Amino acid sequence: MSLNEFLSMGGYGTYVWSSYGISALVLFINVIQPVLRERKTVRELQKRFQTMQQHQPDSKS
Amino acid sequence: MKLPRWIHQFGSPKYFYELSLWLSRWVAIVCVICFVCGLYGGLVLAPADYQQGDSFRIMYIHVPSAWMSLFIYMVMAVAGGIGLIWRIKLAEIVARSSAPIGASFTFLALVTGAIWGKPMWGTWWVWDARLTSELILLFLYLGYIALQSAFEDRRVAARAGAILALVGIVNIPIIHYSVEWWSTLHQGPTITKMDKPSIHLSMLIPLLFMVLAFKTFFISTLLIRARSEILEYECNASWVKQLLGSNNVTK
Amino acid sequence: MREYLNIFFVILRRDLILAFRNKAELINPLMFFVIVIVLFPLAFGSDSALLKQLTSGIIWVTALLATCLSLETIFRSDFEDGSIEQFSLSRYPLTLLVSAKILAHWMTFSIPLIVIALFTGIVLSLSSQTISALFITLLLGTPVLSLIGAITVALTIGLRGGMLLSLLILPLYMPILIFSMLAIQNAAVGQSITAELYFLAGILVLAITLAPIATAAALRIRLS
Repeated sequence: MSLNEFLSMGGYGTYVWSSYGISALVLFINVIQPVLRERKTVRELQKRFQTMQQHQPDSKS
Repeated sequence: MKLPRWIHQFGSPKYFYELSLWLSRWVAIVCVICFVCGLYGGLVLAPADYQQGDSFRIMYIHVPSAWMSLFIYMVMAVAGGIGLIWRIKLAEIVARSSAPIGASFTFLALVTGAIWGKPMWGTWWVWDARLTSELILLFLYLGYIALQSAFEDRRVAARAGAILALVGIVNIPIIHYSVEWWSTLHQGPTITKMDKPSIHLSMLIPLLFMVLAFKTFFISTLLIRARSEILEYECNASWVKQLLGSNNVTK
Repeated sequence: MREYLNIFFVILRRDLILAFRNKAELINPLMFFVIVIVLFPLAFGSDSALLKQLTSGIIWVTALLATCLSLETIFRSDFEDGSIEQFSLSRYPLTLLVSAKILAHWMTFSIPLIVIALFTGIVLSLSSQTISALFITLLLGTPVLSLIGAITVALTIGLRGGMLLSLLILPLYMPILIFSMLAIQNAAVGQSITAELYFLAGILVLAITLAPIATAAALRIRLS
């Protein structure tokens, strides 16, 4: 089976590949969004704890 | 009713946070393997259908996402119910994090159904029973997500959402039957049935792989979503301070 | 048991009296119902055959929307002045209060709505079978609308925007609409409508048993 034949999908190529493409996109967003969100949360919390650590000795003295 | 202790242990955010990274990675590996097997089997190995030609290959994403859309709603309702009754934070988090994944699978099932319908029925949209109930399911998901974002307090939002999901789960069978009944009376175009009574094994095995792939995909992304939710829920807890604070010191 | 019944009727009477005192709130959703129905002939032309086919559907859809709007106020004043909180602290179950309030809402809003719907049906010259089917489906369907609606109203109470409420309610209303319209269409061509009516009655029984509990739970969440 040639690549062209495979891509044309017996004439249904547009339908098959567009639906697979949309699915890939949606799944990709579903992976990347939570990963980015976790990174952002971790960074924000780290920053917060850092400033807390810096401020604590100040307030004591 | 009292729950056995190990459930509470597993439900403790700290324990779950440590376990989930390891778990999500392994599940993701299984997911990728299943995707590769399913896609190769479905797109290359499976022979073209004698009626629908190659367009039936859309089935390999349409059917699993349609199944997942219902399954995730059930997970959401059950987890919400557990959170409501036993006040387990983790169950609330699972319910909340499931909603966007479920909504995107429902969206996928709708879009691929419409794309599949174009060569089969000649139009993008037919008021077919399954597509219609899938559309209503999408509305239910979007309503849940809208309700979640309307509250400021996460815990109140989770409990309110749980009630909505439980009401939805009672409604889903009713919606399903009503729509089925309605569409058999209104049937306009002659529909070539999407599901065959018997499906050839070389077509079935890739489908099973795809179903497994979608399921593991859900579990894996759910775990990642839950991790960031836990951090946001527990941002004042001592274990989060220890975990993220000490990281900084060592750097 | 006797005591609970007493409480139930006390709340019901109180709500009815309050509803009749505040006449604007009583009449506005009904006005909305009539006005929206009038919009459709204006859009489609007065004596088209199309309109005749659509009339019963228009009446039902408009009833859904009007119920949606009227439900918004069902718990509002009691929630704001704290009477729901007071009641939840008493030794009577909150479901009692909730079911009395829902019944009061149905009596003050849905019964006039059914009367108006029948009246417009006659004016728009629906056949007598269609009108009787419309009557029965509205009679069985509107309590379900009030019951299911009450849950979502309790969930969204105090949140800004009525848009969210209709977004949550309308998908849940769809089965009722479908069964009612199927019954009406069957009646119009002279077929039996018992199956649809049984289904509607079944949903009604389910809603009567579960919805007050869910509403009470939702109110408790909002109170905490």
